[in-house]
This record gives sequence, C-alpha cells and structure tokens, in this order.
Amino acid sequence: MSDRLWNSPEPDGAYDVVIVGGGGHGIATAYYLAKNHGITNVAVLEKGWLAGGNMARNTTIIRSNYLWDESAGIYEHALKLWEGLEDELGYDLLFSQRGVLNLAHSLQDVRDGVRRVNANRLNGVDAEWLDPAQVKEVCPIVETSPDVRYPVLGATYQPRGGIAKHDYVAWGYARAASALGVHFVEHCEVTGLEVSGGRVRAVETTRGRIAAGRVALSAAGHSSVVAGMAGVRLPVQSHTLQALVSDLLEPVHPTVVMSNAVHVYVSQAHKGELVMGAGIDAANSYRRRGAFHIIERQMAAALELFPCFARAHVLRTWGGVVDVSPDASPIVGLTPVDGLYVNCGWGTGGFKATPGVGWCYAHTIATGEPHPLNAPFTLDRFTTGALVDEHGAAAVAH
Amino acid sequence: MTRRDREVLSFTFDGRPYEGRQGDTLAAALLANGVRRVATSVTLGRPRGIFGAWTEDPTAVVQIDRPFPEPMVQATTIPLHDGLAASSLAGRGRLSPDPDPARYDATHAHCDVLVVGAGPAGLTAALNAARAGARVILADDRPEVGGSLPDTGEPVEGRPGVEWARAAAGSYVALPDTRLLTRTSVVGYYDHNYLVAVERRGERAVTRERVWRIRAGRVVLATGAHERPIAFAGNDLPGVMLASAARAYVNRYGVVPGRRAAVFTTGGGSGDAAHDAARDLAAAGVEIAEIVDARQGGLVTGVRGDGEVRAVLIGRPGGPAREVEADLLLVSGGWNPVVHLFAQAGGELRYDDRIAAFVPGRPPEGGQSVQVIGAARGVFTTAGCVAEGLAATSPPDLPSTVTRSSRESRVPVDASAPGDAPAREDAGPSGEAGAQPLWLVPADDYTTHFVDLQRDVTVADLQGATSAGLRSVEHVKRYTTAGTAHDQGKTSGTLTSAVIAHLLGVDVGALGTTTFRAPYVPVSFATLAGRDRGALHDPVRVTAMHDRHVERNAVFENVGQWKRPRYYPLPGEDMEAAVLRECRAVREAAGVLDASTLGKIDVRGPDAAELLDRLYTNMISTLKVGAIRYGVMCRADGMVFDDGTVIRLAPDHFLVTTTTGNAAAVLDWMEEWLQTEWPDLRARCTSVTEQWATVALAGPGSRAVLAALAPALAVDAESFPFMTWRDTEVAGIEARVCRISFSGELAYEINVSWWYGQALWDAVLATGTVTPYGTEAMHVLRAEKGYPIIGQDTDGTVTPADLGMDWIVSKKKPDFVGKRSHARADTARPDRRRLVGLLPEDPDVLLPEGGQVISTGHLPPPPVPMLGHVTSSYRSAALGRTFALALVAGGGNRLGDRLYVPVNDTLIPVTVAHHVLYDPESTRRDG
Amino acid sequence: MLLIPCPWCGPRDEAEFHYGGQAHVAYPADPAALTDEEWARYLFFRDNPMGPFSERWNHTSGCRRWFTVTRDTTTNAITPETSR
Ligand SMILES: Cc1cc2nc3c(=O)[nH]c(=O)nc-3n(C[C@H](O)[C@H](O)[C@H](O)COP(=O)(O)OP(=O)(O)OC[C@H]3O[C@@H](n4cnc5c(N)ncnc54)[C@H](O)[C@@H]3O)c2cc1C
Ligand SMILES: [Zn+2]
Repeated sequence: MSDRLWNSPEPDGAYDVVIVGGGGHGIATAYYLAKNHGITNVAVLEKGWLAGGNMARNTTIIRSNYLWDESAGIYEHALKLWEGLEDELGYDLLFSQRGVLNLAHSLQDVRDGVRRVNANRLNGVDAEWLDPAQVKEVCPIVETSPDVRYPVLGATYQPRGGIAKHDYVAWGYARAASALGVHFVEHCEVTGLEVSGGRVRAVETTRGRIAAGRVALSAAGHSSVVAGMAGVRLPVQSHTLQALVSDLLEPVHPTVVMSNAVHVYVSQAHKGELVMGAGIDAANSYRRRGAFHIIERQMAAALELFPCFARAHVLRTWGGVVDVSPDASPIVGLTPVDGLYVNCGWGTGGFKATPGVGWCYAHTIATGEPHPLNAPFTLDRFTTGALVDEHGAAAVAH
Repeated sequence: MTRRDREVLSFTFDGRPYEGRQGDTLAAALLANGVRRVATSVTLGRPRGIFGAWTEDPTAVVQIDRPFPEPMVQATTIPLHDGLAASSLAGRGRLSPDPDPARYDATHAHCDVLVVGAGPAGLTAALNAARAGARVILADDRPEVGGSLPDTGEPVEGRPGVEWARAAAGSYVALPDTRLLTRTSVVGYYDHNYLVAVERRGERAVTRERVWRIRAGRVVLATGAHERPIAFAGNDLPGVMLASAARAYVNRYGVVPGRRAAVFTTGGGSGDAAHDAARDLAAAGVEIAEIVDARQGGLVTGVRGDGEVRAVLIGRPGGPAREVEADLLLVSGGWNPVVHLFAQAGGELRYDDRIAAFVPGRPPEGGQSVQVIGAARGVFTTAGCVAEGLAATSPPDLPSTVTRSSRESRVPVDASAPGDAPAREDAGPSGEAGAQPLWLVPADDYTTHFVDLQRDVTVADLQGATSAGLRSVEHVKRYTTAGTAHDQGKTSGTLTSAVIAHLLGVDVGALGTTTFRAPYVPVSFATLAGRDRGALHDPVRVTAMHDRHVERNAVFENVGQWKRPRYYPLPGEDMEAAVLRECRAVREAAGVLDASTLGKIDVRGPDAAELLDRLYTNMISTLKVGAIRYGVMCRADGMVFDDGTVIRLAPDHFLVTTTTGNAAAVLDWMEEWLQTEWPDLRARCTSVTEQWATVALAGPGSRAVLAALAPALAVDAESFPFMTWRDTEVAGIEARVCRISFSGELAYEINVSWWYGQALWDAVLATGTVTPYGTEAMHVLRAEKGYPIIGQDTDGTVTPADLGMDWIVSKKKPDFVGKRSHARADTARPDRRRLVGLLPEDPDVLLPEGGQVISTGHLPPPPVPMLGHVTSSYRSAALGRTFALALVAGGGNRLGDRLYVPVNDTLIPVTVAHHVLYDPESTRRDG
Repeated sequence: MLLIPCPWCGPRDEAEFHYGGQAHVAYPADPAALTDEEWARYLFFRDNPMGPFSERWNHTSGCRRWFTVTRDTTTNAITPETSR
C-alpha cells in the first residue's frame, strides 16, 4: 500500500451500504464488510474530519476483563483481534500490552474484583488478583500505603490489556478499507433518513441524497439524533466526557491504572505524556467542552494515588460526547426499520471494542442477523429486562 | 531601576553557578551570562536556544532541580530566585519521587467585569470600569502591569509607558471593589462566564500557587498578540529569536541577547515592530548587521553555525546567498492576536487578510458575555488600544451586565442596552498592521524549516502529511504532533495552518486552526488538586463513640465516608480469632455494636404512611404505633435498592433506617418521588442520622444488661415484644429502645442523642458483661441467619424474590415502585440467580468471596458456564464450620446439590443449602 | 461549572445541584396496565435532543427543591421553566 491513507472522494449517488459516522467503529465496520463479506460498495459518511469524534478523544485503554459472559465475549473477541491487528493492517498502531490494573479501595471493591477475576478466567480472559504489594511491583509509583484516605486493598490485573494510538487505529483501518474500495466521505453530515414501506432507502446529506441498500448507524454521541431521523428512539443519553494530557516525561508509569472509587485512570503514552481520563459531566450535553471542577477533582484523586505526579503539568484538556446506555452496555443490532442497523451505547468505553464491534456489526449488516457475540446486545433487552449490567459489579467505566 | 541596581541572585544551570538579577526570568539570566543553548530537541536531538521571552516560547523548556524538582518549565517564565537550580532537557522532564512540600489552594471570586491582560487596553478598561462603579478584577500573568510596554518602552498619553501603566494601576487599585491579580494566568474560559486563573505566588509564599475560580458578569479580553516565526532553513538554531523577544530582553531585563544581529521581517505590528526592535538593540550596543525586509524582496535562506548562529544567509531561493556574520537573528513574521480564551469561550475565529491572522469573529452563545479589545483583536497601536479600553467599558456598553450581577448597583441602569456585548466584528483592526504574509522561504529541501520548534515539526513533515492525503489541520496536527507541546502552538499554530493551506493550495481562512483548549499555559497537577488531598481529600465521618473504638485498638473499615470498627483484636489476636471470639460472645452472652452510622430519616405528615407504602415493597401503613417493620425498597427497574427498619412513632410520624452507604441516596430518592411525582402527598423527610447515636446490644445476655441499665423498662418478652420500641431512660439518658435483631439473637437497638453516644457506650461496657463487636462479626452473624447485605449480596441486578424474600413483596398493594418490573419476562424467569447457602464439603475450607460457582467437577475449556457467585463467606463459630452465601441460578431448586467453586486450579466441592443456616425457626430472638 | 437558576435561591454553581434528566416524564398512572414495551419506555427511554431540553435539577446543597429549566444541550444557554 502507498503512503496515502485514505481517499476522500465525492460521494456516489448510491451505495450498497452507507455507514453513518466515520469514527473508529464506522471505519472498522466498513473494513470488515469489505474484508470478511466482500461488500465493497460502501461509503462511510462523516460530518467532520474522519475519526475526529470520540475516536480522536479517548484515553485508549484496551482490556477485555468485563464481568458478564456477554461482555467478555465481545470484548475478548476484540482483544484477540487487537493482538493481530498491526500485521493485518500493515500499520503501526503503537499497540502496547502493558497490562491494566483496576484498583480496589473498599472491601466491596475487593469482592467485586475477585468476582470479576474468577469470571474472567472461566471465560478464558487473562486475569489476576493482586494484593497491594503485588500492585506495587507492577506499578511502583502507585501509593499503596495503608495510611491514605482510601488505601489500595488490591487490584485486578489483566496483563494483556494496554493501550494503542487511537488515530493510527482509525487511519490503519481507513487505509486498508480504502484499498478495498470503501469510500470515506468527509464533511458530509447526514441530515435525514429516507424510509418508505418500513425500509430505509436513502440518506439525505449536506452533500446531497445518497441512495442506500442498507444504512448502518455508528454515530456514538449523536446516535439519538440520527436514529431519530428514522423515528427510532434509543435508550441512550449524551454526555460530555473529558480527558487531559501532561507534558512529556521520562518513563515513570509502566502500565495502565484505573480506579473507579477515586476516579482515576491513567497511562503514559509512548512519547512520554501522561494520558488521564476525568469524570463524566452530569447533564446531557452535545458540547465537547466539559466543566472544570471535574478536572480539579480528577487531579486531587490522581495525586492521592500518584503523589509523584504533583509537578507534572496539564498541557491540554478536551471533551468528547459519549452515548451512555442504562446498563453501561452497548446496543448493536437491528432496528424496527428494515435495512437500518444501529451500533451505539458504548459510552465511555468503546475504543477497546473497535475491532470486535467492527467485525460483529459488519456481520449483522451483511447477513441481516446479529452475530452471536452481539446478539445479547439488542434493543429488545430493555423490554424483557435481560440487561447486561456492567456498572454494578464491574464498577469501572472504561 | 536599571539592571545594575537590582539585587544579585545566584543560581545554577546544568550544575554551573551563575549570577542574575532580581526581576530576571531564568531565560533572561542565562542570556545575560551568554548561555544560549539550553535544551535539546525531543526527536531530532538538535540544539535548542531561547526563542521567545514569555509564555509563547517553544524552545527553552528546562528541568527545575531546586528548590523542588519540576519537569518541563519554560525558562522564559521562571522568576529567578536565589538558589534556583535548573538543568537542560532533551524534551522530556523528570518527576521527583519525593512528596511536593508546597501548599496550594483555591478561592472563588465574583465580579461585574473581569479584565484579562494589564496592557494599555486592559488597564484602561479596568480603570474605566472601576470608575463607573463596577466590581472589577484585573488579571495579568506578568509580575508587573503594562503588558508589552516594559518590552517596548513605548510612551502612552505622553508619558513613558511603564510609568503610565504604574500610575493607571495605582489609580485602579485605589478605587473600591477592585482587585489586581498579577502573576495570574487566566487559563480557562468556561460556560456561563466562569473563568479559571492560576496565581503564582512564589516559592517563599505560604501558598505557592492559587486557583481563582471567577464568575464574571462580563469579560474583557485584552490579551495582546504574539509575534510569529517564519519557516526557513535552520530557523531552530540557537541565536534565532523573535524580534519582540530580543526587544524584551533589552528593554525589560536590560540583557543583551547577542553582539551582532541580523533582522528578518515581514513587517507588521505597531509602527514596524522589527525595525523598532533593531533600533532598541542598537541603542543597547548590539551591532545591527542587516535588516532583511521581505516586503522589499529580502529573504533569509538559512543560518550557519555549529550549535549556535554564526552567520545568516541572505539571498533568493535557488540563487546565490550572501553570508552575513551575526550571532543573533531576529525574526518577525507578523503577529497573532491571542484569541485563545475567546475561542475557549466558544467564540468563532475569522481570518483577517489585513493582518494575515485569525481574529475574533462571531461571539459565543449560551450565557457568555465577552468582548475582545486591543491587540487581541488586531489593534496594534498603543493609542488604539487605549481607545478600545475606554470604549469597552463606557456606558452604555457597561451597565447592562454590571447591574445584572452587582449587589448594589452604583451604575445607572440602561434597560435599553443590549444584554451581551458582542465581540465587535464591525470596526476592523487598525490598518497600521500592514503585514505581508510570508510564511515560508521557498527551498528545495524543507527538512530544517521548522514550524513547531518543540515538537520538531518541519515543513517537510507537513508535506508528508498532505501527501498522505490529509486535508484537515486536525489530521495534520495529529500526524505530525505540530502544536501539541508546551506552548500549545502559540507560535506555531497559525504558521502551521498557513503552510498547510499553501501546500494544499487552499485559503488559510477556510482551512482554519486547530481547537484552542484549556489551559492557556501549563498548570501543575498539584495546583489543581489544591488542598483536596490527604485527610481533606474526602471528609472522614466518625461516630460519637469513635475515640473509644480507637482506645480499644479497633481495626477500622471505610464504609462510605464513615470509619467503622471492623473488629477489636485483643493482644495476640489476628482478625480470624477476634471475629470468632466476638461472634461467640454475641451468640453465647452479649455483644455491643456501634450502629450509629445507619442512615436515619424522619418521615412526617398525614400522608407519611401512604408515601412509605408506595416506596417500600411491603405494606407499611398497617404498622401500629409502637411497632417496627423491616422493609425493602426497589428502584423502578425492580432491583433491590435499600433495606432497613421502619418504626412508627405516631400515626403521622415514622423513623426509617437505611444502610450506612445509602443514607443520602435514600433521602434523595424519597424527596424526589415526593416532590416530583406525588406533590399532593403531605409528608416531609428529614435526615436525622447524626441526631441519633445507636448502640446495638445483642445476645442472650442482653436482656439482663438492658434491665440493669434501664430500671424503668419492663424488658420481659411479653411486655417488650420483638419488633416494638419503647421510650425510656438508659443509663440515665433519654433513649428510644427498639427490639430488633440483625443477628437472630435477642437484641435491642438503643438510640440516644448523638451527644450522649459515648456515655451510653461507656455505660454498656461498664456492666462488664458485654463484648464490643465490629462490622465483620455483625456480617458473620447476619449471614448465618441469611440476612442479605445490600451492596454485598446484591449488585443492582437482584430482586427481592432473588433474595428469597418473596414474603416482603406485597401482593395486596396495587403498586409500589418497582412492582411492574417484577412482571417482565426476564425478571419473572424461574432460573434467575437466587440467594442460597453454600457449605464447603471440607468444613475448614473458606470460599473466596467473589468465587464463581460451576456445576462440573472438572474445568472444561473456556468459556465455562457459570451458575453464579459467592457473595459472602465466613468461618462460623455457631455452625462450627465455614459457610457462604451465593447467588446461584435456579438456586432454590438445587438444595442439596453438589456444585463447585474454582479457586485457582482446584475445584472446591460445596453443597447447596438454604440461605438461613442458623436457627431457621427463630427460636433465639426472644432470648 | 454552569450557573443554574434555582427558583428559590437564585443563580448558584452547578456543583450545588444534582441532575435529574428529562423533565415531564410522569410515573404511569397504572403501571400494571402497561405492556412490557410501554413500561420499558418509561423505565429506560428518555429524550436526548441536540438543542433545547427541558430538564430537572435538584438543589441538593441548597434548598433541596426540584425544579425544571430549559437548557440548550449545544450551547448550555439556560432559561428558567418552573415559576415558584
Ligand atoms: C474522553 C474520553 C475517553 C475515553 N476513553 C476510553 C478508553 O480509555 N477506552 C475505551 O475503550 N473507550 C474510551 N472512550 C470511549 C470511546 O471513545 C467511544 O466509545 C468510541 O470511540 C465510540 O465509537 P466511535 O469511535 O465510532 O465514535 P466516534 O469517533 O465518536 O464516531 C462517531 C462519528 O459519527 C459522526 N457523526 C455524528 N453524527 C453524524 C451525522 N449526522 N452525519 C455524519 N456523521 C455523523 C461523528 O462526527 C463522529 O465522527 C472514551 C471516550 C472519551 C470521550
Ligand atoms: Zn435552591
């Protein structure tokens, strides 16, 4: 493949599949449609610059140590794909399996952590329970003294977890999909969905009408808006989620640390900056600017866990718009409208799923049936009550 | 004061001692000592010098070693102080492993007008607003007022600029309700005119840095402009410097940055800034070798020198170059208004061809009130800036916002004035700018034409990005990392956009800039964390008896914010021994638990019973005065949310208890339903958690203890039956005694005013027959009886039926919160996970809490089907064995089955039992 | 840090409030009469508009009253809704 990353052509008048939203999920889906299913007459329509949404804003934590079988299934499938992705795409993704620690600060955190480790192992997901001394071995800069306000009582550890460079992931997929014939149309906002006879027929865009055999929504924080264009209501709410980076530092932080109880998650990226996520803004929002008190709290929590970060500097803060579902699990599958598919609800944690969701969503679109791994994540579960509740017990947002 | 008159300060750089002067920055002092190479670039390892003079500098990023290590600080902003030690870096800093000894804090401020920038425009605006009676805050990141005046030495209103600025500031601070914050960077502009500033109070101040959280009625941004570089070969070599920076070193610090200088300018700025700089340098004794003016076709095509500039190459691209000897090259590629805060506020920028720069365009929406004046919107003359300052804060421009937020308005109200003053798009920047946009000097090879000197990004890198097909500045930024360093693109941003536009053949205005993000300058984590650390990170809540627990060497557990004694080890006892002993004491004699942390909510009103009927799954309204009932609450989704007791004090008066961790949430829950769904219900809820201290007295011996302490109370089982309460005196203290039990034993909960909690505790223990027990023993005892702990045996996915508590779900009530959800397909499924007991076949083996339960005696390959998990697991003194509670699929139908709990590589066989393992007939509760 | 107009206390910092999501979603008069689907709509489905949104806030650290405002989710411009 050439140095060129992807083509940005004028859109054709019609495609077999139109994907709405050129984030990581939309791009990966296009790639697997072409690669796994031979469907190449595909356009990914992106209202801004390609992968400029949450894909460009997340803290890139990758792990598959979710509690419930349904989640472990799709996230572990994703992690397995991550493990071969650089070779498959022929692109350096800075994928680094440096391990992910989820710290426990209360006896209940410990129970929940042990429960998750046990469940993970039985599901074939690598997982270990570490005591504070072992936490210190994995990450020497974590404060493990028993004398702090919320001492570290232990941690779950997934050695295969880690980080990757989000932009490179998007570009690597886009480059490979482009080579297979997929069109990436940037600055093309979908403004309407044409539905007749219970079937989706076309999309209206700021660059004109585009007929479509099938339409696959993958608009993350804007999912409610685009689904609403076809009269489909989704149980998701959009919120601003912030993150920040520090200046470049000599290596100090060898792994990824997440702590739900004190709201910290941090890794040190390849160049040397600390990448940290902050809490979610309470109120619904489509703004990419969050509130500053969230950042202040985040810093206080960070220093409780990592006193040595005191004089690191915040260089840049930003926000993304995430789509939060009632059970902190995604919605991937069919909609009441024929030919219209939905992928949303990944909230604060969908980056890690990019290869997995791309794979399964492509299958769903190509065959008209959910892939077994996304079958539990239907819209229907909200009616039956068969939720996949990942907040209670997994207790970690990313 | 001239430099010579200022105090001498000693410092070291890279271990070598130097002297500087009071008022210097580290960069100024280094230049004064002839140190010009201060860093090495991050990827290419090229020498880096001092390029700017303040926060715009991209190159001189150093490590501070003393007084306390701080990574990656711009030498151009470090105030020199005696004993400072710093060293050069290769693009990455080092954190100290030692705790930061400095103190940081935060404060809130409110004002009618916040003026950012104390240059001629800002000072004028602040003074004028204050004179009009507004409450004003004027913030500037420099140690002294005047903005660029000390750099340029320009006069204002006929007076020397510095003198004018000091006089204006003096008049300003003399007015009431004014505040001048110097050394204070406004770093973020947030919604609803909320701004965040960081005050740098100095290494010797009690508080090293302080965060100001400012809510302003109106914001005037007078943040000035940054000079920008030009991309030419070798433009990163130490000795290449912004013309404005060189001028600042000469005029502000009295430091001569070189001996012989060449100047490369595109023109622009007030008068002609680069020429003025040359004039000032010449006056300070610097020989001006040549002024290369792009407007006259002059071009600098490169520099020569090994590690520092020795000569400048002047000529035409491709043609022969003249080599002019010089150790300093001043560059002036035009000026970029400092639009960061305006953009952060949500304002849109527009490209102004007249000054070849981005200027404020459409003002932000949504509750921001901001105006940009002076150089920050491209007005580059001092007189023009003063005029803008006046206009911005003169009625009728001022009052509408001033009166909105000021407490006593002293300004005439002009109702007709528009609400929010827009950033003026109308009157364009003053024409004097006259910049010739020259972004880069054409060449065959662009590998040393730097656009971002800190991130080592060159024009060649930008070419690489565009030839990979990238079309957006955001993509190019990410592909090359341009603009992501310490200066956040202050010098590189517009240049990068312009070069990309040039490469793509598009209009730079259409291409735009990358997003401006807070903070405007880097802020250390510790500053933002402020005092919310250590003990102040989260409040610690303790009960009235806390000191007694400490005296007894209790081991504490955090439960929410509370500290609760987990167990009280005697000398030589480990936790297991202590807990077994405490449990035994309760089952065999009497124990006492501090239960004060349980949430308590007082519910009153004629409709209080109706409210509770709607919120609890069981019937509350039938409860008799004097009686107590256990109750469970569900969320609307039918999952258990909390449990506790409800006691009826009067027909219209209840006291409900909640779990310790959920107290606030339950109160919120009750109030929300009451206010938003059932406002017709006459009921009021009040938290009384900290009004009542509670002592749980449990065990067969508890009746005798209570009888001794409460002589007026008839304690026999008939007079004081289970699930009733009595008011009496206990140990001489007014008390409410409830006969309830969380252990299955005869037990009482004695509630007294919080003030007397410790006295009651002491009195109970003084009987000499009672053993204090902690939360761990309490958990064991309740688990033996099969009582769930919400949050431990439940996880938000568990219904009352799942807990084996169908009996607590009323069939009679038409509705309660959660009822409808219990009828959904999944919630009604018979094979749901249900609470059961698990008895390990080996009675000494303790199952891990969190262990998974499977059905096979061997481990099949993953994914292994899981039936559920162990929620609670203990050693039981009463059962003489270990036991556990677990949620297991189809639980109740598996009684007696053998299941397995995998622990690492072994499978522990367990037998499924009923979840009530101890005294299932409840024979013990009457003692 | 939004500035939220409490109808009883006046404008206060967002940190004093608790968010309550979409306003005007009444608890169904007779939940038992609803289909599972209708009940699911009540439980889990809320509007999520890009633009004006009628939403509830509780002044938790103040008067503890619930009230409604209209806030634009794209600009954060707030207009009070409940009169006292
Ligand atoms: C601060 C932050 C930190 C995070 N950290 C992590 C983490 O550590 N680990 C993790 O796994 N996940 C994380 N996430 C979540 C993760 O980023 C998202 O779940 C994931 O990126 C969502 O999928 P996506 O990449 O397709 O979304 P996006 O990149 O947001 O893609 C959606 C695209 O749809 C486009 N679009 C919307 N409407 C239209 C329209 N009408 N027409 C055309 N296009 C449209 C948008 O412009 C956007 O580009 C984080 C998110 C944020 C904001
Ligand atoms: Zn209020």
